[in-house]
Amino acid sequence: MTVRLRLHPAVPGARLLGLGSVQPDNVVTNDDLAQRMDTNDQWIRERVGIQSRRIVADGTPLVEMAADSGVLAVKDAGLTPGEIDTVIVATCTMPTPIPNAAAQTAERIGIPAPGAFDLNAACAGFCFGVGTAADLVRGGTANNVLVIGAEKLSDWLDWSDRSTAIIFADGAGAVVVGAAPDEASVGVGPVAWGSAGDMAQAIRVPPETGALQQDGQAVFRWATTKVAPVALRAIEVAGLTPADIDVFVPHQANLRIIEAVAKRLRAEGAREDMRVADDIVHAGNTSSASIPLALDHMRADGRLRSGDTVLLVGFGSGLSYAGQVVICP
Amino acid sequence: MSDPTEIRSGLADIVEEVADIDADEVTAEKSFVDDLDIDSLSMVEIAVQAEDKFDVKIPDDELAKLKTVGDAVRYIAENSR
Repeated sequence: MTVRLRLHPAVPGARLLGLGSVQPDNVVTNDDLAQRMDTNDQWIRERVGIQSRRIVADGTPLVEMAADSGVLAVKDAGLTPGEIDTVIVATCTMPTPIPNAAAQTAERIGIPAPGAFDLNAACAGFCFGVGTAADLVRGGTANNVLVIGAEKLSDWLDWSDRSTAIIFADGAGAVVVGAAPDEASVGVGPVAWGSAGDMAQAIRVPPETGALQQDGQAVFRWATTKVAPVALRAIEVAGLTPADIDVFVPHQANLRIIEAVAKRLRAEGAREDMRVADDIVHAGNTSSASIPLALDHMRADGRLRSGDTVLLVGFGSGLSYAGQVVICP
Repeated sequence: MSDPTEIRSGLADIVEEVADIDADEVTAEKSFVDDLDIDSLSMVEIAVQAEDKFDVKIPDDELAKLKTVGDAVRYIAENSR
C-alpha cells in the first residue's frame, strides 16, 4: 500500500536560549602537580598556558556535573525542566559505555522522559551537539534541546604522565537550543564539520592502560594549520565575514593553539578587538565542556554580552572538528 | 629557492616572528634548542611557516633531525620544489 508520511512542520531556525556551567571545587595548581611529577609552573605556562585547573576530588560523578550545569542553563533560558524535550550529552569520559549519561542526567534535572542520547566527538562534541540540536529544532523534531558538554578526564589520566596530567581537567557546561520564531531571530548558524580519521591514533585511550595519550606535536601541527580553515568555513556558511565576529571561543586545548588560530583569523579580516576565550588558563582542557565553560565565564566577567556574534570551533580526538556561529542569548 | 643565503634570511624572519628572536641572531651555526632557546612547539610553528614560504614538506620526523639553523637551511635547499 502506498502511503504518504507526514512530517513535523519546520521552523525558521534555532537560537540559544540560555547557558550555564559548573566546575569541581578542588583547584589544582601547577605547583601542586610539580610535587607529584617532574614538571614546573613555568614549563606548563609556556607550553600550554594553564595556571590552574579543577579536578574532582570528592567522587562526584560526571552525570552530577552534567545535571548541575543543565539546571543552570534551563533556568537561564527562563524555562522549566518540563519544557525540555531532548537532552544531548557530549562526552567521552563516562566510566562505562552504558548506561549513557543523557538519560540519567535528565532524570536528575527532573526532565520527564525526553529523547536522550550521548554524542562522542571528543573535544569537538559540544559543537557537534549544538549543530545536531539546531537541526532537530529546525526540523520540528524537538522544541527545546538541552546540550551539555560534560567531562571527567581525571578518571582517564595516568597521574604520573607529565605530558597529559598537566593538561586535562573536569567540568560541565550547557546551553538550551530552542526555536527562532522568525528569520531575524535565528541564533545558530549552519555547522561546518568534518573529520580526519587517518589521524585516529594521535589522541587515544589504549585499552591496555586506560589512560589518555596524545602525540602532542602532531596534534599541535594539525590544530595550528587546520582549525582556522574550519572556523572560516563556519563564518562563510553563516553568510558572514571574519570582521563580523565579536567573540571567538575555540576549544580550550592549548593557549598557543588558540593564539595561533586567532592570529590566522585576524590575517583573514577578523577584528583586532575580537575577544578571544582564554578560559584554559584557570580551567585546563576539559574537552567537550571547554566551550560552554568559556562562554559562561566570559559572560560572567563581561567579555560576552547578549547579542554578541560568537564563533565556536571544537576539535579533538577522531580527529573530529566542528564549528558554527551563534548569537549570545 | 635554493640559494642558502636567501633561505637563511627568510628562515630568520620566520624565527623572529614566531619566537621573538632578532633575525640577526639566527645564524647557521646556532642550535635552535640550545642557543636560540626555541621549544618544540615553536619549532612546529616555524616548520609550518617554512613549508609555505619555501614550498617544502618538513614532516615531524625530519624536523626532529634539524638541530641547527644550518641543518634547516640545507634541508630546505635540498627539498624545496
